[in-house]
Amino acid sequence: MNNIRRSLLAAAGLLLLKPLAALAAWNQEAFGAKSAADALKGLGTANPAPSKDIVIEAPQIAENGAVVPIEISSNIPGTTSIAVLIEKNPFPLAGKFDFKEGALPFVKLNVKMGETSDVRVIALAGGKSFVATREIKVTIGGCGG
Amino acid sequence: MAGPMKMRATIAGGNTEVRVLMTHPMTTAQMKEGLHHIQNVVVKQNGKTVVEAEISQAVSRNPVFSFRLKGGAKGDKIEVSWLDNKGESNKIETAVA
Repeated sequence: MNNIRRSLLAAAGLLLLKPLAALAAWNQEAFGAKSAADALKGLGTANPAPSKDIVIEAPQIAENGAVVPIEISSNIPGTTSIAVLIEKNPFPLAGKFDFKEGALPFVKLNVKMGETSDVRVIALAGGKSFVATREIKVTIGGCGG
Repeated sequence: MAGPMKMRATIAGGNTEVRVLMTHPMTTAQMKEGLHHIQNVVVKQNGKTVVEAEISQAVSRNPVFSFRLKGGAKGDKIEVSWLDNKGESNKIETAVA
């Protein structure tokens, strides 16, 4: 009797834990940060070194801030992670991409930009962090609605 | 509701190019629909995780991503899945063409 009760309780516990575990891999501290500096802190990245080996391809002027295409690749050997921060968005951190063995440090995505802003790309390689910055001008912001 | 996904995976320049589209509103807290966005994206190649991403509401509605995988061959199985802040999820699998 007790055994049955115990296993039922354990099963109920697992059901409760499962959605929490599934949602856990999201860095609330970094994504909830309202400044790029705090977002970097949340990512555990301090004082990234400027690098020309991070290539950011994006329009100089985005007519529609709701869909701004950004293509990023890192030529820094051993790059394992790329983070995209839009300095003037209410929450600057837009995404963080971890590349495992078998993936190239490359990503293309569309982001929303509320206004003209610097876009900072942080790359992690061999325990060091690097940064490249690119300004994108926005004529119609894409964060309202 | 989790809308449909589309994916194309091809060999280009000796690498595998993956382009994936997710149907999702990606709304911010300021919008009348409230905060609803994909948080996690996982790319697998033949069952092995190759890219793990965390994204915010700053990614555009109906997100489109491109990824590049080293080498690869026709017939490789590519799977992309996502999970949002409300616990909804979806995934798609395709063979490299």
